[in-house]
Amino acid sequence: MKIIICAGPPTSGKTTVLKQAVKRLITRGYKLAYLKIDVQYADEDEMFREEFGIPARKVYSGELCPDHCSVLVLGDAVKWAQQAEADFLFVETAGRCLRCAPYIEGCLGIVVLEATSGMNLPRKIGAMLTLADVAVLTKIDLVSQAEREVFRVNITDVADVSVVEMDALHGINIDPIIGLIEKTPDAGEHLLLRGSPPVATCTICVGKKDIGWEKHFGIVRSLDSDLFYRGQ
Amino acid sequence: MLELNKITIIGGHGKFGEKEPLEGLDLNMGDIASIVGPTGSGKTALINDIGMFADGNSPSGRRVLINDREPSKEFLEDPSKNPIALITQHTSFLSDLPVYKFLGLHARIRKTGKPESMVEETIDFANQLTGEPIIVDSAMTELSGGQSRALLIADAVIIGNTPIILLDEIENAGIDRSKALELLRKYDKIFIFVTHDLGISLLSNYRLVMKEGGMQAVIVTEEEEKRMAEKFKTMDEIMLHFRNRIRAGNRLEEQELRELLKRAQSVLMGESGK
Ligand SMILES: Nc1nc2c(ncn2[C@@H]2O[C@H](COP(=O)(O)OP(=O)(O)OP(=O)(O)O)[C@@H](O)[C@H]2O)c(=O)[nH]1
Ligand SMILES: Nc1ncnc2c1ncn2[C@@H]1O[C@H](COP(=O)(O)OP(=O)(O)OP(=O)(O)O)[C@@H](O)[C@H]1O
Ligand SMILES: [Mg+2]
Ligand SMILES: [Mg+2]
Ligand SMILES: [Zn+2]
Repeated sequence: MKIIICAGPPTSGKTTVLKQAVKRLITRGYKLAYLKIDVQYADEDEMFREEFGIPARKVYSGELCPDHCSVLVLGDAVKWAQQAEADFLFVETAGRCLRCAPYIEGCLGIVVLEATSGMNLPRKIGAMLTLADVAVLTKIDLVSQAEREVFRVNITDVADVSVVEMDALHGINIDPIIGLIEKTPDAGEHLLLRGSPPVATCTICVGKKDIGWEKHFGIVRSLDSDLFYRGQ
Repeated sequence: MLELNKITIIGGHGKFGEKEPLEGLDLNMGDIASIVGPTGSGKTALINDIGMFADGNSPSGRRVLINDREPSKEFLEDPSKNPIALITQHTSFLSDLPVYKFLGLHARIRKTGKPESMVEETIDFANQLTGEPIIVDSAMTELSGGQSRALLIADAVIIGNTPIILLDEIENAGIDRSKALELLRKYDKIFIFVTHDLGISLLSNYRLVMKEGGMQAVIVTEEEEKRMAEKFKTMDEIMLHFRNRIRAGNRLEEQELRELLKRAQSVLMGESGK
């Protein structure tokens, strides 16, 4: 089974892109499974079940960073998709953390960005972009050609990714993505997160609200210090 | 940039899935073509097909060939290799970059010349089409609809410098459209105008008629129509004269209209052009 991980800022068009891909892969006879990881609300699982009749589910990450949540649940999700005999497992993640990235070694990492967002967005989203294999630039139907070309170079200036421009609503230019999806190797037994994730499971992440590093444990910092470990 | 002689559109189907009446169309170097048809008839969709080098995968199922061959993948992967500049129907920018920075970046990507001089030339070109000149330090988002459109046309011609230019309804932005046409015609390119404008469609070598998403027919502009175009132009100039009077904050006088019509009478009523 191949694993396709799709991240991107809210409303950038992740679901729309994945629907276009799923539609085409189904007509080619593949079996698919879909998982959505979001912080507190998602309805994509119902959409994919109803529209395409494929097994689909969602997880809310709640207090956890969605990318960390993805690390924790993906092992089970892979087993679930294998039991459903899927050829591809699609994972759509909210990726709101902007320091972590959900991509896995040996699997396809897609970041979806909208051409209508600020020109500096590519510089702001860190690993979500730089660790991806391909950036899909959606909503090109809403901007001028000149603007989308400038947006493209703002992506390639910060990240070594290929860029595919798409009108995701009409599925225009989905073919290169399908090509990449089909070429993805089968996922190995031992799945490893790509890159080194920053520290995030700290006492703040789990809900301790007191201000000041003296109130927290784990990897912390003061205004003037570097990161250091503070044990309990 | 590639030596371009010809672009071919192979018909697909209209909005309701029916086969397009026109099976295909060749556009050759130097052609000026118009796309005409009612609102919603698929004019924008057609030039988007051309701009994205459709290969059967857009909603219309059309295919586009360049020089009789399948377009290179590079066209869409590297803007400096793209032989098409597309001026979309949008008249506003979303980019918050200053004008000079935006154009500089675009010139860097399109690789047509030294970015500094390209930017300067582009602004000069655009300012010939606008009412009030563009301030290069202002953000793209601050430009007016007409200024944005003028800048995009200039960007396509100077920075893009592509053999094919697609323009979606340039008449709708309040720019000087006869000036735009006059400037554009100096270049040897394939021009495709989506238009509702009489002057632009008759100035073209031929017009492609759209209906319900499908290409219906090609109508070549005949001598008689060209003669009529001259007359429409004279009528247009009279209208433009008064439009400018209003823009400049003047009152209109009927006496002046009578005089202008009288002066134009020989052009308007005669069998001119012979
Ligand atoms: N015009 C246009 N609209 C698009 C395009 N892609 C997506 N949209 C619209 O953008 C909105 C958001 O798209 P989604 O696919 O739900 O975005 P998402 O990234 O999955 O959003 P979340 O999962 O909620 O974070 C929807 O209204 C889509 O119809 C595109 O290429 N062009
Ligand atoms: N051949 C086609 N197959 C499927 N859908 C189509 C086709 N042609 C056009 N459409 C759809 O019809 C709608 C209207 O088309 P489009 O925007 O191109 O019209 P238009 O002629 O440019 O109108 P206007 O003059 O208002 O700009 C769009 O949603 C477009 O995607
Ligand atoms: Mg979604
Ligand atoms: Mg249109
Ligand atoms: Zn995180």
